[in-house]
Amino acid sequence: MTDKTGDLGVILLVHTALDRASQVARHWAESGCPVVIHVDKDIAPKKYAGFVKSLSDLDDIRFSRRQRCEWGRWSIVGATQSAAELILQSFPDVRHVYLASGSCLPLRPIQELRSYLAQRPRTDFIESATTEDVPWTVGGLDIERFTLRFPFSWKRQRRLFDGYVRLQRKLRMGRRIPEGIVPHMGSQWWCLTRQTLSAILEDPKRKVYDRYFKRVWIPDESYFQTIVRLYSRDIESRSLTLSKFDYQGRPHIFYDDHLQLLRQSQCFVARKIWRHADLLYEEFLGNRDNPESRVEPDPSKIDRIFAKALECRTRGRTGLYMHSRFPKEGWENGLTSAPYSVFEGFSELFEGFENWLGRTTGARVHGHLFAPEKAEFAGGESVYTGGLCDSAAIRNNNPKALLANLIWNTRGERQAFQYGPDDTPDIRWFMAKDPNAQISVITGAWAVPLFHSNLNFSAIRTIAAERQKSESAFLDVLRSPYAKANVRVWTLAEFIEAPMVHLQTLIDEISPRAMRRLTEAPRMSDLAGFGQFLQNLKNHGMHPYLMGEFPKDDTNVQSGRPSVKPFVVK
Amino acid sequence: MLQSYRLRLQRKRRLVRAFRKRRELKCIADRTGDILPEDILSFTTLRNERVRLSFFLRYYRDLGIDHFLMVDNDSDDGTLEFLADQPDVSIWTTKHSYKKASFGADWLTWLQYKYAHGHWSLVVDTDEFFVYPFCDTRPIGALTDWLDASSVRSFSAMLLDMYPKGSIDAVPYRAGQNPFEIAAWFDGGNYTIQKNERYKNLWVQGGPRMRAFFGDNPERAPALNKIPLVKWNRRYAYISSTHMLLPRGLNQVYDEWGGEKASGCLLHAKFLNTFTDKAAEELVRKQHYANSHEYKAYHDRLKENPDFWCKWSEKYINWRQLEILGLMSKGNWA
Repeated sequence: MTDKTGDLGVILLVHTALDRASQVARHWAESGCPVVIHVDKDIAPKKYAGFVKSLSDLDDIRFSRRQRCEWGRWSIVGATQSAAELILQSFPDVRHVYLASGSCLPLRPIQELRSYLAQRPRTDFIESATTEDVPWTVGGLDIERFTLRFPFSWKRQRRLFDGYVRLQRKLRMGRRIPEGIVPHMGSQWWCLTRQTLSAILEDPKRKVYDRYFKRVWIPDESYFQTIVRLYSRDIESRSLTLSKFDYQGRPHIFYDDHLQLLRQSQCFVARKIWRHADLLYEEFLGNRDNPESRVEPDPSKIDRIFAKALECRTRGRTGLYMHSRFPKEGWENGLTSAPYSVFEGFSELFEGFENWLGRTTGARVHGHLFAPEKAEFAGGESVYTGGLCDSAAIRNNNPKALLANLIWNTRGERQAFQYGPDDTPDIRWFMAKDPNAQISVITGAWAVPLFHSNLNFSAIRTIAAERQKSESAFLDVLRSPYAKANVRVWTLAEFIEAPMVHLQTLIDEISPRAMRRLTEAPRMSDLAGFGQFLQNLKNHGMHPYLMGEFPKDDTNVQSGRPSVKPFVVK
Repeated sequence: MLQSYRLRLQRKRRLVRAFRKRRELKCIADRTGDILPEDILSFTTLRNERVRLSFFLRYYRDLGIDHFLMVDNDSDDGTLEFLADQPDVSIWTTKHSYKKASFGADWLTWLQYKYAHGHWSLVVDTDEFFVYPFCDTRPIGALTDWLDASSVRSFSAMLLDMYPKGSIDAVPYRAGQNPFEIAAWFDGGNYTIQKNERYKNLWVQGGPRMRAFFGDNPERAPALNKIPLVKWNRRYAYISSTHMLLPRGLNQVYDEWGGEKASGCLLHAKFLNTFTDKAAEELVRKQHYANSHEYKAYHDRLKENPDFWCKWSEKYINWRQLEILGLMSKGNWA
C-alpha cells in the first residue's frame, strides 16, 4: 500500500472520440498517473490541437510522436514502442506501465489498481499463450501469422491480402522465426513493469525482432506477448483490461445498460465503451466515495453473456426460421425445435385414438395436419397457436413452415398428429430427415375405413390403389439413408398380433417419465371379414400387399379373435 | 454473370428513373443544410397523415433520427403545413402519380441519392415503427455504430401487422396517441419464408392479413420482409418498396449457416379506424400496389366484420418479447 503517486504510468492509444479520450486521460492524470498519449495521424491537425489544448492544464501528460495506425499492422506496435520509451524516460518513478486505448474506461478507482499493482511489484500482466493453445483465429490464420508474410492491408487490400496468402501456401513459402523466440499471442492490452518493458525496448536484437514482426499479421497481439517471455520473471498471463471479442475478432462494445454488469465484474478497466454511453462515463469517472475494495476481478457473468451472443450468431436457435435466420438445407442445426410424434394408420385402426393418446400421454394431439381439405388442429380449431391458419392453400404453399412454426410455437408441449396416404406428400422428406420426429406407421391400415365404408367397390378399388402407391412411396422415404427420424413400421397384420406391446413402446417414448402400464386401451375397429375384403380387392386385380398376411378365413385370425369382439386389454 | 449484368442495368434504370422524377418534386422547406456528416436520416412519402404525424415524429426523434426527409403526395388535411413548420424536417410536395413514381420509391431514391450518401438511412412509412434489439435503452446511433464496426451495411426488419381487439374502427385514434394502445395485438408465429434466388432476399408472408384475407390464394398475400435501414451509397436503389434493393449483396441480411443475424421489426399501425376511410379512398385513386388488388380484397372483407383478434393473438410488450418469439434477433449484439 503506497500513497506515492506516479508509480503507475498509462499509455493511451487514441484514434477516435477525442472528447472521451480527453475525459479519460484527465481521469488517469488527476488520479496521479502520468499519461503518454499517442494520437493517430489520421486525426486532422486542428482537432489534434484542440485535443492537446483540452489537456494543457495537466502537468503529467505527454504526447508521443504521431503515426498513422492501421488495424492488424505494425504501426500500432511502433506507436506503442515510442510512447513506452517516452513514458519511461519522462517519468522515472513509474514502476508499472498500463497500455490502454482512448475508448477504455477505468471501472474501479485508480487507487485500487495502484494498490493492486503495488502488492505485485514484479508481476507483468500480459496475456501470452502459444498459438496451439488458443482458438482465436480470424480468417483461419494461427501459426501462419508468424510464418507467412503480410505486406498488404487486410482492410484496404483484401484481395491482395488473401491472394498473397494463397500464393505463399501454394509455393510453400515461409519465413524463419528469429532464433530465440517462440511466438505467443494474447490481448493487446497489457501492464508491464519498468524492468521488463525497458528490457524489451533495449534488447540488443530489437532490430531483428522489429524487422521480423513488421511482416507478421496483427503484431500488436504478438510482439510484446512474445518478447516478454525472454525477460519477465513473473508473468500473469491475463489482461487487466476486460475486453471481449466477437466471432469476427472485433471488440464487443459496452453501453449504458451494461452498467450493473460492469460494476459487478470488478474489473479495473473495460474496453470498449460506446462514445455516447453518457451514463457509463458519468458513473465511472465521477468521484465515488466507495471504501477501497480489494476484490479480484471476476468477469464471468459478462463472459457468459458474450458467449451466448456468440452462440446466437453462429448456431442460432434450433428450429427457428425467421427473416434473419434462414439456413441453407443441411445447415439448420436441427430442423425443428422439439420432438413430436407422427402416426400413420392408428386413427384408422383404433376408434377415438386421438382422444386416447391425448389422455394417456398428455401430449397435444392433432388430427391430420396435412389433410387435403384443411389442417386439422386439435379441438377442430380454425386458427391455432401463433395464429396458424387451417387453410389448406396456405399450408400447401409452404408445408415445412406450418410444421416448423407449430413445433416452435408450442415449445414445452409435446405435439402429435396423424398422417396418411391422402395427405400432402411435400412434408415427407422434411419429417423423415428430422431427428425430432417419431414416426410410427401401421402399413395398410388405410384399408380399414374403406372396408367399413359404403362406397361402390370400384371406387374402393381405385382409392385403395392410390393409397397403396402413396404409402409405399412414403415408406421409401422413411427407409432412405437420409432419414434421421425415429421410425417404426408395422404391417397391419403384425400390429394387431400384439397391439398393446407396440402402443406401450410408443407411449413410453413420448412420456418417458410416466413409465406406467397402460390400463386403458383404445378400441380397435371390428375386423371381421377383413380378410375376405382384401381377397375381393385381389380378385379385382388390385393386389393389397402393405397389410401383411390376412387369411381369407377369419376363423384363423389370431390374437383372441379380435374380429368378433373389439380388442380390449383386461 | 449475365444475370448480374442484368441486375446492374436494372439498378441503373432505377437511378435514371429517379433522376427524371426529381422534377416532379417541389421543395417546400429545405433544411438539409443542417445535416451533419454523422446524422441518421429518415425518408418517408405520405399523403393525408396529419393525425399520425405528432406521434410519428416524437417516436423517431426519441430513437435518435436527426433529420426527416419527406415527400408529400398532394395532401389536403394540413400535413404539408404541419411538416413545413418542424425544425428537423425537410419537405417536398408533388401532385404527380404515386403509382407512376414506383409507389413513391423514385422520389425517395432521388432524395437518398442527393442527401443520404454516406449516411445511415431509414425508410419508413408513417404507420411503421422501427423496433430493434435494446431500442429501449440504446439510441439508433448505437445500432448504426455497431453495424459500422461490424462492417454491416443493411439491417432487416420484418413488418409486424398490429391490430386491435374487436373491429378495427371500434376505438378511434386520436392525434398524438401511441397507436399501439389500440392496435396492441399481433400474430406470434405464422410467418412463412421463401428465398428469392434472383435478388437473394427472403420473401416473408403471414400475419393476420394472410390468415384473414388470403386463405385461398396465399401467393398474393403482402410481403412482410423489409430492409429499411441501410448505410446509403448513391449507387444503391430500392427495387420494390423497401422489400429489396440493389446491389443484391445488401439483401443478405439473414444468415444461411444456422446462425442468426441481428434484426428488428417494423410495428405496423395500419389497422386503426383510419384504415377504413383510407382503403375506400385508395380504391378510388387506384394508386396502390398490384392494381390495388390488396385493397379490393380488404375492402370486400371490411364490409363484413374485420376483427383480426383471436385467442392466440399476442399482446405487445416490448422488443424482448419479439426476440423470444423469434420475430427478431439480437444476433451477436449484446
